[in-house]
Amino acid sequence: MSENVGRIVGINGNLITVRFDNPVTQSEVGYARTGDVALKSEVIRIRGDNAELQVFEDTSGLKVGDPVEFSGNLLAVELGPGLLAQVYDGLQNPLPKLAEQCGFFLQRGTYLKALDREKKWAYTPKARKGDEVTAGDTLGTVPEGIFEHRIMVPFRLRGKYKVEETLAAGSYNVDQVVAKLRGERGDEIAVAMVQEWPVKVPIKAYAERLRPVEPLVTKVRIIDTFFPVARGGVYCIPGPFGAGKTVLQQITSKHADVDIVLVAACGERAGEVVETLREFPELTDPRTGKSLMERTLIICNTSSMPVAAREASVYTAVTICEYYRQMGLNVMLLADSTSRWAQALREMSGRLEEIPGEEAFPAYLESVIAAFYERGGVVKLKDGTTGSVTIGGTVSPAGGNFDEPVTQATLKVVGAFHGLNRERSDARRYPAIHPLDSWSKYPGVVDGQQVAQARKTLRQGNEVSQMMKVVGEEGTSIEDFVVYLKSEFLDATYLQQNSFHDVDAATGADRQKYVFAKIHGILTAKVFFPDKDAARKWFLQLTSVTKDWNLVPMDAAEFKQLEQRIDAMLAEVSEHA
Amino acid sequence: MHKVYHRIEQIAGNVITVRAEGVANGELAQVVGTLGTSLAQVIRLERDKVFLQVFAGSRGISTDGQVRFLGHKMDVSFTEALLGRVFNGSGQPRDNGPELDENRIAIGGPSVNPAKRIIPRKMVRTGIPMIDVFNSLVESQKLPIFAAAGEPYNELLARIALQAEVDIIILGGMGLKHDDYLQFRDTLEANGALSRSILFIHTAADPTVECQMVPDISLAVAEQFALQNKRVLVLLTDMTSFADALKEIAITMEQIPANRGYPGDLYSQLAARYEKAVDFEGAGSITILAVTTMPGDDVTHPVPDNTGYITEGQFYLRNGRIEPFGSLSRLKQQVNGKTREDHRVVMNTMIQLYASYKETLEKQSMGFRMSAWDNKLLKYGERFEKEMMDLSVNIPLEAALDLGWQIMADCFEPAETGISSKLTEKFWPQATA
Ligand SMILES: Nc1ncnc2c1ncn2[C@@H]1O[C@H](COP(=O)(O)OP(=O)(O)O)[C@@H](O)[C@H]1O
Ligand SMILES: [Mg+2]
Repeated sequence: MSENVGRIVGINGNLITVRFDNPVTQSEVGYARTGDVALKSEVIRIRGDNAELQVFEDTSGLKVGDPVEFSGNLLAVELGPGLLAQVYDGLQNPLPKLAEQCGFFLQRGTYLKALDREKKWAYTPKARKGDEVTAGDTLGTVPEGIFEHRIMVPFRLRGKYKVEETLAAGSYNVDQVVAKLRGERGDEIAVAMVQEWPVKVPIKAYAERLRPVEPLVTKVRIIDTFFPVARGGVYCIPGPFGAGKTVLQQITSKHADVDIVLVAACGERAGEVVETLREFPELTDPRTGKSLMERTLIICNTSSMPVAAREASVYTAVTICEYYRQMGLNVMLLADSTSRWAQALREMSGRLEEIPGEEAFPAYLESVIAAFYERGGVVKLKDGTTGSVTIGGTVSPAGGNFDEPVTQATLKVVGAFHGLNRERSDARRYPAIHPLDSWSKYPGVVDGQQVAQARKTLRQGNEVSQMMKVVGEEGTSIEDFVVYLKSEFLDATYLQQNSFHDVDAATGADRQKYVFAKIHGILTAKVFFPDKDAARKWFLQLTSVTKDWNLVPMDAAEFKQLEQRIDAMLAEVSEHA
Repeated sequence: MHKVYHRIEQIAGNVITVRAEGVANGELAQVVGTLGTSLAQVIRLERDKVFLQVFAGSRGISTDGQVRFLGHKMDVSFTEALLGRVFNGSGQPRDNGPELDENRIAIGGPSVNPAKRIIPRKMVRTGIPMIDVFNSLVESQKLPIFAAAGEPYNELLARIALQAEVDIIILGGMGLKHDDYLQFRDTLEANGALSRSILFIHTAADPTVECQMVPDISLAVAEQFALQNKRVLVLLTDMTSFADALKEIAITMEQIPANRGYPGDLYSQLAARYEKAVDFEGAGSITILAVTTMPGDDVTHPVPDNTGYITEGQFYLRNGRIEPFGSLSRLKQQVNGKTREDHRVVMNTMIQLYASYKETLEKQSMGFRMSAWDNKLLKYGERFEKEMMDLSVNIPLEAALDLGWQIMADCFEPAETGISSKLTEKFWPQATA
């Protein structure tokens, strides 16, 4: 291995200061040795002949004078077939394998290969001898679950290469060399199925970046209809604790209309990942009929796992997303929570004694957040197909106050904002996305005019309800009161959605269009009541029937029956021309 | 052959500095001062400068005091003999029993591999409707009681502990008033639970550093019992004292505070403890019930705020009642779908109606005329508070659900509740005379 060895001169939490003699590279990986374990670390600052490294593990037992081996490599991940359905920690250690080896507890200094070395893949060559290729071009494919996994020219290669040798179709493991390439300068490259890529550098082996305009259907009504997400778009979900960020991401990870979902559990509860980990293999993906796990990958660096690895975990996650995007797939990254990652930055910044910004976050927080979200996007690949990485990040603001550095920095760079609201979650109005404060710059699936009309009803309903607090119900006209009831009706039957009900949990685009048209009809209908109590009673009943309607499958007979009841109810109170 | 160091260069807060070589990060040392001998732990190394946090505090330590490094980390004896005993935050006996020294285990060990956890699935019944119906407690859950000073949180903690079916109770007391500690001990004893309990107690009069150790020592022992297939309940009160102890050391070490003086790693520190709650695949479990007092009754204070982001919900204790708003059990949906078919709908509907009641109260207080609907809500809200929320109510879940239907039926028409007709047809009580 590397000959470059330094010596520890200081230890402060997970920050070690190391004296070195030979050149050291910023962001390179080092291993701090204590006894027979070597603890993975990353250089984060160099001053004179001292390098400061963040250690991705507990540093107890380390001593001044202990050796640190510098590897010369940046922190990288393995990319190749077999990533899907895996559960990795923030450094891409496969957790189930680790459990087989170490038992109940994580053992520091144990690093396993991310990809299975035994497993054989059925390889089909695509490139031919003599072909001219560049980084990212497909050399061959292997089937990985439901996908055709492309084995590509390593992304690190610059310039043109000629294919000199190709491997015949057959069954091979990931270390197998599948092609030999010769560069313009005569350099020869052997390409294996697996390649490595440094996590903090975006993969750019594509033709061009496109604007995200195609809706990504999450099957959450308030999102798809009111605050849509686009394929290749980036959005955030800030909210106080308990407002429903994680549930919203879990439901999205199950139902979102994308090829691959990458769940990055970043500094939050282990128990929440366990739900995904244990349930997904049992659930069927309606799109493919296969297990939901086949399209899912979990990066799990939960709150009690080492903090520096938490910082790395979001990069590990987004790099794997970019890799599958290079295969022309639509990938979604759900990161919960980006605030924990920002806090990891803050912890290190504090140990480095950098000048603190607001709430002690480092001054570079904004640019780091912006650079991360920039890794989302739709790209046109060199073969003309497109792929996308959509990023949805939760934000956990201190005290639930959005006026804090992480939320504010995130809002500047995202295309949609789903603000979760404490009042709504307290009133069990789930998903507690605030219908007036949230926004999206992406196009949705439902008729824009109808949505604009509904927004108007919500706004007016809110005004009436504010006014009623001042003048009381008696001081409110029946017309205004009906507007208020209409907005409450829209809220109860469309904005709110039961995430734990088989049918209601996921509303497809077609159903959203259909149901929303009906609701729009009700919102715009001229309805008449003798008094407010009669109006309230009628709306309560209509709400109850419409909620029942949400619970039956669209192809069930009951769906039509309930719809007819709604129509009949509406006819009773409508003005006839 | 542990070398003894005699020159203490710096004493600040509870941290002392000596020059020494070959010392490991996190290692323990013995420090002899004029007031006696204390353990200390290495918290930072800078060339040959060693920073130690002294458990008993730095008072009485002189510049020529003795420091002897022990070559190992903080540990605790793990044996059945712990049961029924009381210790302090350093693991020394507080009762008159013997010191225990066999089978030392390290504290503050690594976290559980998430792949070895299972989804919690056993409800812990408490007989308290605000918990059983609205926010079911689940084995292996980590859940604090949020309360202002003066609320009966320790009583509630003890009541749940005694009602829960667990094998072992571990009480970690931090900054406890001595009376409260005695009260806990006596309650456990009176209910015949002391023999399956272990107490690690730091009282307000004890050194702050020991306060910091209480969760780790309690949870390390809990973990060992859980690995032996035991269902362990850990009570931690008051975690705000723990956080304050962290704050104190951070300030001594001149760390830049993130929020109201608390260090930037408060979240990670709290999480490292709470995340020890676990349901092991193929072994026992650890459930953590904690108390987080809220300075100024402010839930956005950094301690409750960070806690809420870590724990699996919280019980919000206010005016002697568990508030439905603000209280949450994040694991309730793991169990409340399997209790009774109407559990979830009763839970959701009653809370929504209670929220409407609160709005009506507001309107009433502003002197507005009450509509027929408002009057129904007023009737409902009063009954809900008296028959469901009051902490003296002690009934099984099923009886509480029946009671819920009865209260709703006495106040509303079925359709007014928004409950689907399928369920009202089945559960709506027939008109009572
Ligand atoms: N869409 C929803 N439907 C029903 N209950 C929900 C929903 N979202 C959240 N909840 C409830 O709120 C709790 C907290 O939600 P969670 O997503 O964990 O909050 P956060 O991640 O914002 O802290 C959940 O355990 C659940 O009881
Ligand atoms: Mg969450």
